[in-house]
Amino acid sequence: MKSLVCVSKTPDTTTKIAFTDDGKAFNTQGVQYIMNPYDEWYALVRALELKEARGGTVTLINVGPAENDTIIRKGLAIGADEAVRVDAEPKSAFFVARQIAHYAREQDYDLVFLGKETIDYNGSEVGAMVAEMLGVPFLSYASHMEMEGDTAVVSRDIEGGTETVEVKPPFVISAAKGLAEQRIPNMRGIMMAKRKPLNVIEPVEAEDPAVAVHYELPPEKGDVKLIDPENMDELVRLLHEEAKVI
Amino acid sequence: MVLVFAEHQNGTFKKAAFELVSYGYKTAQAMGVECAALVLGQAEEPASLGKYGASKVYQFEHEAVQQFDSQVYAALIAEAAKKLDARVVVVNHSSTGKSLLGRLAVRLEAGSVSGVNAVPEVNGAFRVKKPVFSGKAFATYEVATPVKVLSLMGNAIQPAEVGDAAEVAAIELDPPAAQVKVRDVNRVEGRVPLPEAELVVSGGRGLKGPENWGLVEDLAELLGATTACSRPVADVGWRPHHEHVGQTGIAIRPNLYIAIGISGAIQHLAGVNNSKTIVVINKDPEAPFFKAADYGVVGDLFDVVPRLTEAIKTLKTD
Ligand SMILES: Cc1cc2nc3c(=O)[nH]c(=O)nc-3n(C[C@H](O)[C@H](O)[C@H](O)COP(=O)(O)OP(=O)(O)OC[C@H]3O[C@@H](n4cnc5c(N)ncnc54)[C@H](O)[C@@H]3O)c2cc1C
Ligand SMILES: Nc1ncnc2c1ncn2[C@@H]1O[C@H](COP(=O)(O)O)[C@@H](O)[C@H]1O
Repeated sequence: MKSLVCVSKTPDTTTKIAFTDDGKAFNTQGVQYIMNPYDEWYALVRALELKEARGGTVTLINVGPAENDTIIRKGLAIGADEAVRVDAEPKSAFFVARQIAHYAREQDYDLVFLGKETIDYNGSEVGAMVAEMLGVPFLSYASHMEMEGDTAVVSRDIEGGTETVEVKPPFVISAAKGLAEQRIPNMRGIMMAKRKPLNVIEPVEAEDPAVAVHYELPPEKGDVKLIDPENMDELVRLLHEEAKVI
Repeated sequence: MVLVFAEHQNGTFKKAAFELVSYGYKTAQAMGVECAALVLGQAEEPASLGKYGASKVYQFEHEAVQQFDSQVYAALIAEAAKKLDARVVVVNHSSTGKSLLGRLAVRLEAGSVSGVNAVPEVNGAFRVKKPVFSGKAFATYEVATPVKVLSLMGNAIQPAEVGDAAEVAAIELDPPAAQVKVRDVNRVEGRVPLPEAELVVSGGRGLKGPENWGLVEDLAELLGATTACSRPVADVGWRPHHEHVGQTGIAIRPNLYIAIGISGAIQHLAGVNNSKTIVVINKDPEAPFFKAADYGVVGDLFDVVPRLTEAIKTLKTD
């Protein structure tokens, strides 16, 4: 199985979100970056498990600037064979998808793995775009995937349950929790990662049809109203009459 | 025209479909055009979408749409959008919509914005807002293409009745062959699924063990609420994974979120801080969740929750 795993960079989950004064950009000062958890914990690990069980290769792809190499190296330390970085600023999902689809088509991958969404822009867009550009099926929010011969059986999270489908590679799959168990890179992996190939390539031309032009923080929450734990009738009254939610 | 893709479940429209039509109607009004809905497969009373502002409902019935394949659905919706010359196409930000949006963007050469929560501004540049950073901020997107595709966040707008029955018409479309075969669909019966729930009762590690979940269940049952939990609770198997809310779980935006014995870690808040009203029950007055709460009760949950359940019983019987 020849797998391509798309990995993105996001601010650490504990990051305090702030923007530049003019609201035009995310304030990156002091921000720690991590590999998007869905990409690292589930997409990458499931691709590695498939390789271990059936042979093949696992390639990482990232669209981003040189500073992303740290995150890519972590993916190599977890076990990917090689990586490519498309050297460009990822401004829109469409641009990113074009780069990934172009590379995937050239290299003829059986499977393209992504995370279900990036935890910063919460787009959930890139996977479906790549699938459409490649003209292959897309299984989003996959929480389980097994190969049965040459057919994959995939369970995907849907509203209030799961849907199980059969599909033959090539296809694009986005990972939700459950697809695999997180792996922590060990010392040997980290050492080996230094010698694995990380190729930097130029982007193909693509537009940015939708871009974020302004950011704002939500209005501050007023102070919490504390209610006497002995007096739950009062809480119920407030929920009924003031908040009008019950 | 604004075209909305109205999803149904085994023929029944859920609230999300009405929200979508309302959103499409408001967007169409701002643009000075009509709003139409597209229904794939057989739905009960398609004309009822007219109540929320669809002037016309296009229906396509074919065995190709009996099971969901994003490739087939996207091809059909894009074909309809082209036939009807739609300027804006809107889908729900549901599991279905999320696997369609990107495909539609490619097929229609349209700029896309996912998970929008407000009606776009259309005078001058086309701009639309969406929550980012798991609800910790909002971003405004500008879409430059002639056709735009959007997915609408659940519970972002209330469906409003504005009209009567819509005219229903069949539409001719040409479905491609499916490459995905659905084996089975497994839905938890009874409860409203978390992403759609308006009332949610959620428990954390403060409950000490799965044997105490009766407290959460009883309160939820009485309210007609859906149950949820924090991540560690799902990780150790006290509760099923599909109940886990937060940054790495499900993001929800109910009208009421009651958090019981949950500390309010930033990753948990990321999935719930868009709830309209938050009630926190925690014995530690320093628990970070109180900063995000509307109503707080500092006390032992094993005393407080049964009392709250009793108080709600009283309200319901009055
Ligand atoms: C990358 C990453 C992603 C994460 N994603 C998520 C996510 O999606 N969702 C999520 O929930 N977490 C997530 N977490 C974990 C998160 O950081 C917290 O560890 C977790 O939310 C804590 O769960 P808890 O509040 O149930 O438990 P605890 O933090 O242990 O809190 C238990 C609370 O119960 C209270 N309590 C105890 N006994 C009682 C009593 N008798 N009466 C009343 N109150 C009582 C305590 O005061 C305490 O505040 C993530 C972490 C990381 C690093
Ligand atoms: N810049 C990027 N480079 C490589 N993969 C990406 C990039 N951005 C997003 N992805 C992949 O697409 C998935 C979904 O991202 P999004 O559609 O932005 O929510 C992520 O989990 C990644 O797997």
